[in-house]
Order: sequence, then C-alpha cells, then structure tokens
Amino acid sequence: MNTNNSGPTIQVHGLRKSYGRQVVLDGIDFEVAQGTVYSLLGPNGSGKTTTIQILSTLISADDGHVRVAGHDLSREPDAVRAAIGVTGQFSAVDKFLTGEENLVLMADLRHMGKREGRHRAAELLDRFDLAEAANKPVSTYSGGMQRRLDLAMTLVGDPQIIFLDEPTAGLDPRSRRTMWQIVRGLVASGVTIFLTTQYLEEADQLADRIAVLDHGKLVAQGTAAELKRLVPGGHISLQFTDAIAFDKAALLLTPTSRDDEALTLQVPAGGDVRSLKSMLDRLDDAGIEVDGLTVHMPDLDDVFLAFTGHPDTTEHQEAIAR
Amino acid sequence: MNALAYSFSDSATMLRRQLRHMVRYPSLTLIVVGMPVVFLLLFVFVFGGTLGAGLGGAAVASGTGGSRAAYLKYVTPGILIMTLAAVVQGTAISVAMDMTGGIVARFRTMSISRTSVLTGHVLGSMVQAVLAIGLVLAVAVLLGFRPSASPMEWLGAIGLLAIASFALIWLAVALGMVTDSVESASNLPMPLILLPFLGSAFVPTDSMPGPLKLFAEYQPFTPIIETLRGLLTGTSFGNDGILAVAWCVGIAAVSYLWAMRLYERHSVH
Repeated sequence: MNTNNSGPTIQVHGLRKSYGRQVVLDGIDFEVAQGTVYSLLGPNGSGKTTTIQILSTLISADDGHVRVAGHDLSREPDAVRAAIGVTGQFSAVDKFLTGEENLVLMADLRHMGKREGRHRAAELLDRFDLAEAANKPVSTYSGGMQRRLDLAMTLVGDPQIIFLDEPTAGLDPRSRRTMWQIVRGLVASGVTIFLTTQYLEEADQLADRIAVLDHGKLVAQGTAAELKRLVPGGHISLQFTDAIAFDKAALLLTPTSRDDEALTLQVPAGGDVRSLKSMLDRLDDAGIEVDGLTVHMPDLDDVFLAFTGHPDTTEHQEAIAR
Repeated sequence: MNALAYSFSDSATMLRRQLRHMVRYPSLTLIVVGMPVVFLLLFVFVFGGTLGAGLGGAAVASGTGGSRAAYLKYVTPGILIMTLAAVVQGTAISVAMDMTGGIVARFRTMSISRTSVLTGHVLGSMVQAVLAIGLVLAVAVLLGFRPSASPMEWLGAIGLLAIASFALIWLAVALGMVTDSVESASNLPMPLILLPFLGSAFVPTDSMPGPLKLFAEYQPFTPIIETLRGLLTGTSFGNDGILAVAWCVGIAAVSYLWAMRLYERHSVH
C-alpha cells in the first residue's frame, strides 16, 4: 500500500470526551495516512465508537483538534461530511425499503442525477452480490446481506475516507471473510479506511497501522508485526498422562508455568513450525511421551495484558458470548 | 441559492421515502383511519339518537331526519379533528422508529440539509392526513352528512385543516424524539386524542359542569372544532376562527423550534 506520496488525511490531537463524570476519551493523538487502513483495537467501552462518532461529525468533542480530509471538524462539518462515509455498528438501512431503493435514496441525497444514481445503485448491487435481492424489502435480508448493503450505501457517493465501526461484529466466519475482501478492494482503489474492532486477527488481516485503545487512552500504536513482537503470550500447552514424563519434560524444557494436578506445561513459543518441530524432537529423543498439545497464539487478552497491565475486561467476554 | 435548492431537493427525497413507506405498508394509514371511523359509527348509531335530542330544538329542527341526523351533522367536524390526532400518533411512532434505528445516524453523517429528515416526516404525514380526513369524510357523507359549505367556506375549512395538521404534526415530531423508545412515543400523543372529548367535539361545552366547561372552552381543540363546524355546517363561530388560527400558529412555531432543538441534540446511541 502506497503511503509515501501523501500526508495524513486524518489528524487527531488531544481528543477528549466525557459524559458527565465518565471520561470516555482521555486525550488521544493519532494520524492516518491517506490510502491506508488504520485500526482502533479495544474492548467494548474503551471509546472506539465514541471516536468514530466524533470523527464522523455525529457528536462533538469536548476538547482537541481534529482535521478530516483537510477540513477542521468543528468549523467545517459539512465539508467533512461530503468527504466521508460511515458504516456504524447498528445497521443504518431503511428496512421498509428494498435494497435498490436504499441505494437510490443515498444517490438522491448525494445529489446525483437520476440516471447516474440508478446506474451507481445497479453497479453496487452487483459488486456486493445483492442483485438478486435488489427488489426485496431489506427486512427480509440476512445479517450479512444487511451489512453488505449498509457498506454499499456508504460507498454511493465515492467517499475518500470510510469509517467502519466493528464491521464484522455478529457476522458468521464466511460473511466476515467476504467483508475483509471488500475492505481490501476498497483500499486498493485508494480509499482511506478507519476501522474499529475487538479482534486482533481482524486488525492483523486488514490494518496497516493498529492503535490499542484502553479506557479512553491509546496505549500502543504500530504495525501488526510490531505489536505482536511486543506481545508475549504465544505459547504451547503440553499435556502428559504420567507424572514421571511430566517431571522429565519440565526439566528438559523451560516452562513458564506448570500445573501439577492436570499434568500440563506451558512453553513459550512463537508458533512457527520449525521451533515446534525441534521441541517435539527433543522430547522424542528423551523418550518422553506427550499426550496432547495445543498452540496458543497471542490474542486480544494478551495484547491487553501486555500494554495495560490488566487483562481484558469482562465486557469482552460478554461480547464474544453474544 | 444553491443551498436552498439542495434543501428543497433533500426534503423532496425524504418525502419520497415516507410515501414509499405508506405505499408499501398501507395498513398503517388504514389503522389510523380505523379509530375515527369506529368512533363516528359508535357515536352516531349508539349515542346519536339521544345525544342529538340533547343538542336542543334548533339543531334538531334544522336537520332533516331527526335527532340522529342532527347529531351526525354536529359530530362530523369533531371526528375529523380527531382523525388528525390519530394521524399524528402515527407520526410520533414513525419518527421514534427512525430515531432509534441507525438510518438517521447515517443521515447525520451526510452532507444534507439538517431539516430535511424532519421535513420529510412532516410532509409525509400531511399527505397521510389528507388521505385519512378524506376517507373519514367520505364515510360521514355515506352516512348522510351533507356539508352546507360554500366554495369559500370549503377553502377556509381546507386551510384550517391544513394548518391544524401542520401544527399537530410538528408537535408529534417533537414528541417522537423526546423519548428513547417507540412504545412511549406511541403513548405521548394520547392526550391529543382525549382532548376533543374534553372540548366541543361530541357535545356542546354549555352542557358541561363549571370547571370542565371552563377548560373545554379555553383549550385549543374547541375553537378549531367550532370553526370547522361553522365552515362546514353553517353554525356561527364568532372569534373562534381567529383563536383557532392563533392556536395553530403558536403550536406550530413552538413545536418546530422544540423539534429542531431535539433533533440537533438527539443522542445517537
């Protein structure tokens, strides 16, 4: 992704927002280069949605300077609105209209000509695999279809910057991958994307830069590789059936933790095949029988533990349970 | 000039959206019409004979066909205003549904005229009000209601219904935004349906006891109903006409400002 020839298209400095005594954003700073994907990673309640709502002119900030697409957010909100597209967490479609009518509605509000609007609607319906359902009311659409239509509506006016608030929350794995492909296609066409997510994997898959948001503060920023290097937590769990093998293995390897009752050892590992194989070879050479093995990759919990010193809040668990 | 043109175009787009909803779900309009029609039938056929007799000699004598016909003539203008109250209940519900859904949040992030979302609702409800009042009036005519209005009086009646709709619809738009749930939005306009009962819609205010009579005479629905009754059936309404227009203008202005304020401040969660 080409970021060399263009400056930041989103600049945020000292952004603050509180609701009463509750501080939602406690002075955050970041910049997003044009044509890149920037991901805000954090659990529910960390301030992700509030950030998107402020950047997309829905609510006003208490303090801070924000420029979006070259315009001051508080002085020229309409110029910002003309340059952006937003797909929020809650489906922003008109369920009483058909898919095509929703898109034509957007084209009309973007003041496109009638023919141009229809043409654009047809094109987007095709691109988002909604052509067959174009004339059905949106209330009959599946969750994935509604999300695709939602994004298609955002694209009607060819926005330069697209805000996606948890674009794959609640989607099944297949719809999630489709959404990722769509996002990649958009970036390839030169659009800047600002997205929020609770999933490290999603940020990893899509984002050029990731910022970790915790209780209204940015606790880390960097590329996915940079963050992962900083995050320990990748480990291998080994289960044994007899205590002798367990003890021998514990001496042979350098486990970070051992569970004497469950006969389980945790060994740090990056998850690459070579180091896994060499470890198994060493166990094999020593004649130690391993009963079971699980590989744990660093996940959001590890990221949080690493950067905030406290594990992810329970809200995150609830979000996954939902 | 350009901004003004966009503002018109955005409002027209939003109106088209409301009309599409109405065409796709005609049951919404029919439900709105249902209640006043039931009241019309109930009051004319069940209570009409007795209530008509109670209207007094002049009213009965001026009617042709006894006290029931006289009561039909008396109650129809009141029912028409009640129809308006039913229409605006629908307005409050649909505004609340819009505000609690995600679509209005999307509209807010777009470079469109700020008023257009609400203007679309108001214009859509005006169309619905015309249809509903037309349907209820048609039922009244089927039952034997014969307005005696001259072309000028018809114009006056239509004008009065238009400004009354405009005022009550803006009030309902504000009521639809003042709560966070669709359920309470559907209950808030309830008093508008009850107020005609506590006015001159069904019985003359003269027949009411002291304090109630005072309330009935000074509440906004009474002059509106009296003026409409006068225009359609030729009763005298004195300065009720000016009072009715003043109430409508006042309610419209206050409700418009209130609604715009709520829209600007409305929480997006």
